Amino acid sequence: MIPAAFEYHRPADMADVIALLEEHGDDARVMAGGHSLIPMMKLRMAEIPHLIDLQDVAGLKGITVADGRVTLGAMVTQHELIQHQGLADAAPILREAALVIADPQVRYMGTVGGNVANGDPGNDMPGLMQCLDAEFTLVGPDGERTVSARDFCEAAYMTEREDEEVLTAISFDAPAGGYAYEKQKRKIGDYATAAAAVILQKDGGTCTAASIAMTNLSDVPVWSEAAGEALTGTTVDAAAVSAAVQAVLDDIDPVEDNRGPVAFKRHVAGIILTRAIQRAWDRA
Amino acid sequence: MNDMTPDRDDRSANLKGMGCSRKRVEDVRFTQGKGNYVDDVKLPGMLHGDFVRSPYAHARIKSINTEAAMALDGVVAVLTAEDLAPLNLHWMPTLAGDKQMVLADGKVLFQGQEVAFVVARDRYVAADAVELVEVDYEELPVLVDPFEALQSDVVLREDLEPGADGAHGPRKHHNHIFLWEAGDEATTNQVLENAEVVAEETMYYHRTHPCPLETCGSVASMDKVNGKLTLWGTFQAPHVVRTVASLLSGIEEHNIRVISPDIGGGFGNKVGVYPGYVCSIVASIVTGKPVKWIEDRMENLMSTAFARDYWMTGRISATKEGKITGLHCHVTADHGAFDACADPTKYPAGFMNICTGSYDIPVAYLGVDGVYTNKAPGGVSYRCSFRVTEAVYFIERMIEVLAIELNMDAAELRRINFIKKEQFPYKAALGWEYDSGDYHTAWDKALKTVEYDALRREQAERIEAFKRGETRKLMGIGLSFFTEIVGAGPVKNCDILGMGMFDSCEIRIHPTGSAIARLGTISQGQGHATTFAQILASETGIPADSITIEEGDTDTAPYGLGTYGSRSTPVAGAATALAGRKIRAKAQMIAAYLLEVHDDDVEFDVDRFVVKGAPERFKTMKEIAYAAYNQAIPGVEPGLEAVSYYDPPNMTYPFGAYVCVMDIDVDTGVPEIRRFYALDDCGTRINPMIIEGQVHGGLTEALAVALGQEIAYDDLGNVKTGTLMDFFLPTAWETPNYETDHTVTPSPHHPIGAKGVGESPHVGGVPCFSNAVQDAFRAFGLRHTHMPHDHWRIWKTANDLGLHG
Ligand SMILES: Cc1cc2nc3c(=O)[nH]c(=O)nc-3n(C[C@H](O)[C@H](O)[C@H](O)COP(=O)(O)OP(=O)(O)OC[C@H]3O[C@@H](n4cnc5c(N)ncnc54)[C@H](O)[C@@H]3O)c2cc1C
Repeated sequence: MIPAAFEYHRPADMADVIALLEEHGDDARVMAGGHSLIPMMKLRMAEIPHLIDLQDVAGLKGITVADGRVTLGAMVTQHELIQHQGLADAAPILREAALVIADPQVRYMGTVGGNVANGDPGNDMPGLMQCLDAEFTLVGPDGERTVSARDFCEAAYMTEREDEEVLTAISFDAPAGGYAYEKQKRKIGDYATAAAAVILQKDGGTCTAASIAMTNLSDVPVWSEAAGEALTGTTVDAAAVSAAVQAVLDDIDPVEDNRGPVAFKRHVAGIILTRAIQRAWDRA
Repeated sequence: MNDMTPDRDDRSANLKGMGCSRKRVEDVRFTQGKGNYVDDVKLPGMLHGDFVRSPYAHARIKSINTEAAMALDGVVAVLTAEDLAPLNLHWMPTLAGDKQMVLADGKVLFQGQEVAFVVARDRYVAADAVELVEVDYEELPVLVDPFEALQSDVVLREDLEPGADGAHGPRKHHNHIFLWEAGDEATTNQVLENAEVVAEETMYYHRTHPCPLETCGSVASMDKVNGKLTLWGTFQAPHVVRTVASLLSGIEEHNIRVISPDIGGGFGNKVGVYPGYVCSIVASIVTGKPVKWIEDRMENLMSTAFARDYWMTGRISATKEGKITGLHCHVTADHGAFDACADPTKYPAGFMNICTGSYDIPVAYLGVDGVYTNKAPGGVSYRCSFRVTEAVYFIERMIEVLAIELNMDAAELRRINFIKKEQFPYKAALGWEYDSGDYHTAWDKALKTVEYDALRREQAERIEAFKRGETRKLMGIGLSFFTEIVGAGPVKNCDILGMGMFDSCEIRIHPTGSAIARLGTISQGQGHATTFAQILASETGIPADSITIEEGDTDTAPYGLGTYGSRSTPVAGAATALAGRKIRAKAQMIAAYLLEVHDDDVEFDVDRFVVKGAPERFKTMKEIAYAAYNQAIPGVEPGLEAVSYYDPPNMTYPFGAYVCVMDIDVDTGVPEIRRFYALDDCGTRINPMIIEGQVHGGLTEALAVALGQEIAYDDLGNVKTGTLMDFFLPTAWETPNYETDHTVTPSPHHPIGAKGVGESPHVGGVPCFSNAVQDAFRAFGLRHTHMPHDHWRIWKTANDLGLHG
């Protein structure tokens, strides 16, 4: 568990970060909390000759909630997501999700930006951001651009982000309605066997909008438009819920691992989603 | 004078002797990060070793090219089997009478096997150099299933002479190691054939690993000037390591000093002798510099000693009323590539023959076939005495299966078969003589405390509610009653590599009345420095706080066989008490002299000797200690010291009654432990707080094993659970609340009546957790399902029973 040798860089502004990324290309990576990257380096699954620490880079911290819009600096830690009262009021689903990520030690270090940029299908934030329809701000040699969370993940560890780009912020509209983040895991510190992020809006007894995303059930997070549609316009009765579950089951593609075989994961995915819908609907 | 004498109870409390929850003296340094572990040993000029390990489970080595590694700046040496062969150290003897490659000699037999040892200036260079060693492998067919191994033409151990006997008798097949038998098979079969009821079941006790927080490691320092080798290491038996190191290296034993510093948990993982230890010694001899080897977590899980991997088939017979009449057990034991089990020499299957459990079973048979496969060697007793967890799991599952067969309550079935109090000492059908027990009292207390009948009523209601579709959770009530066999052991039948399994204590009382005692054991978290001082305090009248306990340095500690199998209290604890009594005997003579009375006219009173009938005339131990050094006493040597080597007359047999209440989510397979009650009877209780801590720890490791902890291999022999992401090590989060309780049935043959407790909760806990899971599904037709009961396997049980609709 000893990494290969690397050069450690600690630039103070974004221009220097980008210059380093341009100079070293694929030999360089930025490091946020290091809690996905360093383990990979220690296992020698990643050899990173140039490690660029983002800690001192200005402008990447902070949570703002203004005019119904939430913006998270990329370097906001998962612990800060849990602690921030304004965020808990505006988008409580973040707190619910962050609380089931890893363990307190990891959450003190791990950042929201690193969590989504990592591109690991086991990470919880990318699916949640798809559920929230968030936008990611990327800064690169050619300036700034935004990418929808729903277009960001391409395959395991492959994202829309170019090698010389840095994720600086995440923003989304504070969601209305009921929410739930439901996750089954084997133990604390484990990635999901199956996880579901659900946001539902209710008018009278009818569901007027629904957003559903699943985690660790494919090589990318699965935002299931069909599942949302299955609930919209219904009273979220048993038939609607099972239609939503069916829609999700059509969209996911889990693989067998130590958490269990495919049949088990598909079954649990359905159960977890059902529970998430139930809780979100109760809260709507 | 009389008025000044503190009250007897106060003096007694002041000693912090046996029975008091004295705070652990070790914790001051541990909680401040001031422990001193092997990896804290840093010597001038020290080099660092690291292994090139095999990625294959079975392969021939065609060549090893070390050139590129040697060319790396900072690399001092790269050792291969070829370099060790001239010293005859490329193989080493195992504790089980087999031999094991230190570095791969022509082939590899398991994934993670040590192939070459790189020695470098620092740990980082060593790791880089490992990547540069080029090994050319030719893959061979892999055998990971012991049953297949016994049929296969593939010869795993080409070094063994075909057809020749092994260390434990004839070998039936080239991948067979031994057949070990106990009991009377012919009569057992006869009883089973004619029985009114017979229950049969096969159960797999999966492979797992002790996984102590601190991994294994060593620092070897060969001083070429004075010819002395000093070896620091994670050794549960430092003296045995010294003797083995001497025999292997040819260095005379007085020139070897072995030191076990603080050890961060052992649980059996640190009993064995590993290639890393040998390589660090050789590397130090070759380079003339100290060499450190510390394995990482993945290496620990994949290469140093595993536990269990037993396929156990049982047949148990009974009358229609449930009186057990006979038991037959056959085990196919997967030992991996080398037989490196850590058991007393005459017991290649450990004390598996305690598998008649706590029950009065008139006739029984046990046969164990040991088998080679392409898995890591080991087979240690993970938090239990030798193979006792396997034995207790076996019988406690067989009881449950028999209860199903008889359509009887499993608590009642246990009760009618328990060995009765008046039957002790009890001679069991497979050979052991149980020292003492009162099982019915313990069982009744346990069932009453948890309100067993009410639990069963609640469970019945739950089943009905489940059938009506009102709940998706089932309730399991896990029962287990265990008898351990610990404290190995009598020298007449217990030895390790020929060394009798006695233990020892040496005490020196200082002139001012404080003391140091040294033992042949070594604490790995059990709190010896706390409890052994308590034994001595009660025996000698010197306050525990004035007694230093030291272990683990073979230059100073008396010879002993180390700490595992809950043997420290039964064996070294007895030696400590007896050494204390020798001190007291001499103190009595000194006191009598000082008080000018006859030896028999003084008696011991907590912390002093008093003249019989004249309590105002006394000498405290402090005064006596001083006199021992500063007065010429006719006929008495100066000084106050004692040594005791204790050969136990028998093992001790702690027991206990556990109950677990569990709710199981049928749809997700997630179990939730609602309640866990543990009653332990470990005989005399030295420190109740430490006992409670041991019970909590042992139960948590039991929970781990029962509910998910395993070393799993794929068909190619790749380890699938090589990191803590997949290898389940519970944290506070997964650990339920435990209720502890006790009864006290002292051991009749132990000087203070203590039996040992460190491993009981693990032994009793594993079947208790497992029985709870299985009991939840009993009403739906489940007889048995294998551990570990992780989410997907519980889910599969429910699925196979048709509970998902
Ligand atoms: C024991 C353990 C358990 C865990 N369990 C979970 C879990 O249950 N759920 C979960 O979601 N996560 C889990 N994690 C991962 C944890 O949340 C990580 O902290 C997170 O995935 C990555 O965040 P980081 O800040 O540590 O990123 P880093 O490790 O520093 O970086 C991760 C990757 O993202 C890139 N990156 C980081 N920041 C940026 C940026 N601003 N712009 C561009 N690229 C960037 C890095 O180059 C790297 O490739 C676990 C981690 C551990 C060690």
